[in-house]
Amino acid sequence: MIKRKKEMIAMLLAGGQGSRLKSLTKRLAKPAVPFGGKYRIIDFALSNCSNSDIYTVGVLTQYHPLLLNNHIGIGSPWDLDRRDGGVSILPPFVREEGGRWYKGTANAIYENIEFIENYNPEYLLVLSGDHIYKMDYQELLEYHKEKGADVTISVIEVPWEETNRFGIMNTNDDFSIYEFEEKPKNAKNNLASMGIYIFDWKKLKNYLIEDEKDEFSSNDFGKNIIPKMLNDNLKLYAYTFKGYWKDVGTIKSLWEANMDLIKDNPLDLYSKEWKIYSKNPISPPHYISREGKVKNSLLNEGCIIHGDVKNSVLSPGVYIGENSKVIDSVIMPNVKIKDHSIIKRAIITSDITIDSGSIIGKENSEITVISE
Amino acid sequence: MKRFMGIINLGENESKIKEITYNRPIASVPIGGRYRVIDFTLSNMVNAGIQNVAIFTQGKNRSLMGHLGSAKPWDLNRKYEGLFVINPVLEPEDTIIRKGDIESFKNNIDYIQGSKQEYVLLTKSYMLYNMDFKKAFNYHIDSSSDITLIYKRVDNKDNRFIGCDNLTTDKFNNLKSIGYNMGNDEFSNISLETYILRKDLLIDIIKDTVSKGDSKYLKQAIYNRMDKLKVDTFPFNGYLACINSIENYYNTSMDLLDEKKYKDLFYENGLIYTKIKDEPSTKYSSSSNISNSLVANGCIIEGRVENSIIARGVTVKKGAVIKNSILMQKSLVSENAYLENIILDKKVIVSEGKILSGNHNKPFVIKKNTFL
Repeated sequence: MIKRKKEMIAMLLAGGQGSRLKSLTKRLAKPAVPFGGKYRIIDFALSNCSNSDIYTVGVLTQYHPLLLNNHIGIGSPWDLDRRDGGVSILPPFVREEGGRWYKGTANAIYENIEFIENYNPEYLLVLSGDHIYKMDYQELLEYHKEKGADVTISVIEVPWEETNRFGIMNTNDDFSIYEFEEKPKNAKNNLASMGIYIFDWKKLKNYLIEDEKDEFSSNDFGKNIIPKMLNDNLKLYAYTFKGYWKDVGTIKSLWEANMDLIKDNPLDLYSKEWKIYSKNPISPPHYISREGKVKNSLLNEGCIIHGDVKNSVLSPGVYIGENSKVIDSVIMPNVKIKDHSIIKRAIITSDITIDSGSIIGKENSEITVISE
Repeated sequence: MKRFMGIINLGENESKIKEITYNRPIASVPIGGRYRVIDFTLSNMVNAGIQNVAIFTQGKNRSLMGHLGSAKPWDLNRKYEGLFVINPVLEPEDTIIRKGDIESFKNNIDYIQGSKQEYVLLTKSYMLYNMDFKKAFNYHIDSSSDITLIYKRVDNKDNRFIGCDNLTTDKFNNLKSIGYNMGNDEFSNISLETYILRKDLLIDIIKDTVSKGDSKYLKQAIYNRMDKLKVDTFPFNGYLACINSIENYYNTSMDLLDEKKYKDLFYENGLIYTKIKDEPSTKYSSSSNISNSLVANGCIIEGRVENSIIARGVTVKKGAVIKNSILMQKSLVSENAYLENIILDKKVIVSEGKILSGNHNKPFVIKKNTFL
């Protein structure tokens, strides 16, 4: 039999709860949280794979996977329904010796060594399913080859005052990494890890197996695997990404990333060269009545607007009643806001109905979240 | 309803709608911001559980084929049965395709015969409605009639159904005669040109007509045999539109700005499916001013839009004004242009400051790909 061979396959970590998103992730994993009107967060990583000609993608799920499973299906929205490869959803599973949950990011890959070996890849691309960005992973691979690296980590320059929120890569002049610091108090560098790695698969595999034997390890890439590799003098390089990238791990950052889409921003969702794909709703165009007003906002199919919408992002199927005002807010799919209500600086989650005369949220305050 | 197969006969009169059917049949005329005319009939069939559908075309169907693709949006990409597009056969000695549709039915009688369903729902595409065919099926099966013909009782005051087939029935709703609607009566029973009959009967009618040579059209063939058959009628009471002229096309589009008609056509008895385009959210800038309009996804609206239908991927620049108009897919209206009572076919570019104005009763049509 001819053994199939893929140069690089992707493993997408999508099992996280995203506990900092609080009630938004009560019933769904963070990568499945609706974003930017018609997307879910994971659509960005999946679309990047497809646009980068990476058609073999394993999606590692664990926390509340139902919605995610349904969303991904056989991958056709991202053109990932392929005869050979395509998208595979990889939840934890039971073996002869019993079953266990994924213990950490590295363990999740370890548990799927068999899946990866099936494709006999040269390189493994490890992604996380909770960032908003457009990136050509082939360019990352080119860089990886050019540098003759064992590991390439994509990094982005962050403002110095925010370095204490990120995993920082300390690099030499040639961008080789000599140290990794998780949320440093006094950072030596401002290059933050984007959670995007290319590994030489054979080398990574050995580290995963070794790491699994260490019962004190948290089986995490950032905490265990990368420091161990640095310690062993493997060649780790940082690839500096230029462009829009946002970690939407908190309520505030999720809200901000939505608001970024209303402004002129470098993440051009309207360009035909690098489309972001998602499951499309079956709804007619949106309707704005004579009384309806829309300014500086994003709207989607199936919305019906009788009220006033300003600086907001509305997902498909949202209804805004007469004399209602929606300002600086993110409204998720199929929300119904009845008449005479005022919504300010809020995130309203899917399928919620807001009664007539409700007043939600305040200017200049924290973001209000309404969920079931 | 696995006992039924569907046949959509696209032999439709285009003489009054030539402006938008130069290079497409009525079936693939864009309508409602994101649909093609045929989507409504196809969706009605699929929503009633029909899984074997044949479309008999009349040539000029590149646009239709592009729209239908693998029939996935209608869930008709089946291993067994699904969607069949049947084109007229052009014999080498023919210089033009022979007139009439009966020829094509004759040539493909083996397909009809070989289908495992007992009954046929035979229809056209130019009537727009959202109907539960199951009720009509059950009515037909329970009755002793040979043919059940679906109709709607319409008010003739706005002349929307001139030229349609007008049914006269007896007090038991059985068909007495079929005429041409002149609009001179206050009310008319308009035929939806949707027939329910046994497959065997349809085959007999086709064979008999071909051997006698008494008609070149299937509709005429059925009408010629009405006196020998028991023909019953079944009423449809929802919103009905007829796309047989530019005026009707325009008025039907404007009807969709009535929320009741919008819900009736897009949601009442099932959803309407169409080709997916993966368009992002529609973006309204702070200079936009929108009222009483239907807007599909992927648009960028910076100007003023009133009483209009805006299809997927349209751009309306700052200072531009669109009134009582229909803008098809991917048209671009530049700064300070003014459009009133205009139909822009696909991919039209209107340059800066251009003023275009049609008559309210006779909108002005700009051809596909025009640069103005």
